Amino acid sequence: MRRRALDAFLRWQEASILVVALLLIAWFENANHDFLLSSASLENLSQFVAPAAIIACGEVMLMIGGEIDLSAGMVFALAPFVVHFAADAGVPVVLAVLLGIVVAGFVGLINGVVTLLLDVPSFVTTLGTLFLVNGFTLTISHGTPATPPGSEAFAQVMGAWGYSEILWTLLIVAVLHVVLRHTRWGLHTIASGANETGAREAGIHVTRLKIGNFVITAVLAGFTGCLESFRIGSIDPQAGGNQIMFLAVAAGVIGGTKLAGGSGTIVGGLLGALVLGVLNDGFTLIGINAFTFNIILGAAILAAMLFNIHITRLARAGGRT
Amino acid sequence: MNDAGHASSAPEALRADNIVKRFGPVTALDGVSLALRRGEILGILGDNGAGKSTLMKILTGYQAPTSGRLFVDGREVALHSVDHARSLGIECVYQDLALANSLSVYHNMFLNREIVHRGPFRLLNHRAMREQAAACLEGMGVHIPSVDLPVERLSGGQRQAIAVARAVHSEARILLLDEPLAAMGAREAGLIIDLLLRLKSEGKLSIAMIMHNYAQTLDIADRVMLMQHGRVTYEKDAAATSVAELMEIVRREYRAMRTA
Repeated sequence: MRRRALDAFLRWQEASILVVALLLIAWFENANHDFLLSSASLENLSQFVAPAAIIACGEVMLMIGGEIDLSAGMVFALAPFVVHFAADAGVPVVLAVLLGIVVAGFVGLINGVVTLLLDVPSFVTTLGTLFLVNGFTLTISHGTPATPPGSEAFAQVMGAWGYSEILWTLLIVAVLHVVLRHTRWGLHTIASGANETGAREAGIHVTRLKIGNFVITAVLAGFTGCLESFRIGSIDPQAGGNQIMFLAVAAGVIGGTKLAGGSGTIVGGLLGALVLGVLNDGFTLIGINAFTFNIILGAAILAAMLFNIHITRLARAGGRT
Repeated sequence: MNDAGHASSAPEALRADNIVKRFGPVTALDGVSLALRRGEILGILGDNGAGKSTLMKILTGYQAPTSGRLFVDGREVALHSVDHARSLGIECVYQDLALANSLSVYHNMFLNREIVHRGPFRLLNHRAMREQAAACLEGMGVHIPSVDLPVERLSGGQRQAIAVARAVHSEARILLLDEPLAAMGAREAGLIIDLLLRLKSEGKLSIAMIMHNYAQTLDIADRVMLMQHGRVTYEKDAAATSVAELMEIVRREYRAMRTA
């Protein structure tokens, strides 16, 4: 009986975000009947949700381990330029994309190595690489946009077709959800966030694990940058940036991931991104401007945080035997 | 204890000979010797700074002694890491318990020893771990509402029991406990005492534990030893001594210090 109640509660933490998303959708649908039922706005919504959700997958893995990557938005902008220059130099486009992802992963490796082996807090490490990578991207691109390489069909698969980005997102979310919940990697990530000393005493290679999660986050950020460049049909050195990084972190937090580490969910990150997307599209469609949106976004993050902390406290008080 | 006689004839599981540990000018251990027989519980008493924790760290392979010799099952060993000590069957439960509070009881029981499905992805076999953890705790008489609960929802005594059960489950033959009853109420302490006595009655496990409370120590241990200033100043069968005698020794020490 108690176990069933607990299971229901554990699911509830994700379900509560889903309920919030559904309520918001219903409310906006009522205010403007074109909100979801027109294909154009559904496409719009999916394209807002996709990049935030993919990067959120990485940030959630890091935050569960007690780390964060502030440079993800800048890696997002860098990767498509690597693809562009590699293709220009004659590399086949598929390999060029792989190269872009490898370079992104290399930035993640630097983040991880500096944080774990040189003992710098990840907030500081990735604040440094944030500016470093941004400057590097602006330098190699001379600050001017470029055109993504490759055939029309390739571009369609990589994001140009309206729903291809959200399909990539669902695939990545599914894979990382399994990694987090059903592999030793995921379990050890949670353990090292909950009790790092204890995890080390149990023989878990915390350093290797966390460096790996920095690489995963950077790879996902770089891949998302590529998807977005193919979708828009242009590579912008100012794309992504801190806006997309903070949206991803916010999606994770709204989805129930603790910044201090120890718990979180990938699916929650997707739902968090959905809530942000619904807020963005909904308020745009009923005619509220971008400035107001930031006020609402900020309030939503605070509300979600308070909700999470409160629910956790209630659960602890109620569950003690 | 009645079976103290039996324990004294059992083979030695762990022996430390004349262990010295210096940290620069500070001598933490000044020639400590101890012997732990199979199936025996040894209580180590002493003030803060007497060297108990340093002794534990040497026995778990966490630190190397400056000099002195260690024997496991009669064979001399130089423990060069915690993993090495563990491979010889030495497990330690530290005061922080090394539990991941947000993870379930069964995940903690199998932490870094997970059961995985066969196949290329080596996915976790949650069901097998859940069942084995429940059976293991049941077998040790540890009762908790569910192995699915995150350990942060358990009481201090239950958490300590989980940590001990985990160490035993990993096929420990020598169990080192760092103040297993610290900051525990009578009922909670009773839970752990029952668990330790039950493990002892199976006869395969040797337990050395750092303790503070004399009465509790005499209740559980076959033998007690008192450490003062990095030395063993007293050692006796628990049945042959009393709380009063132990108190008297410590009091004598204070008097000597005051007059010095």
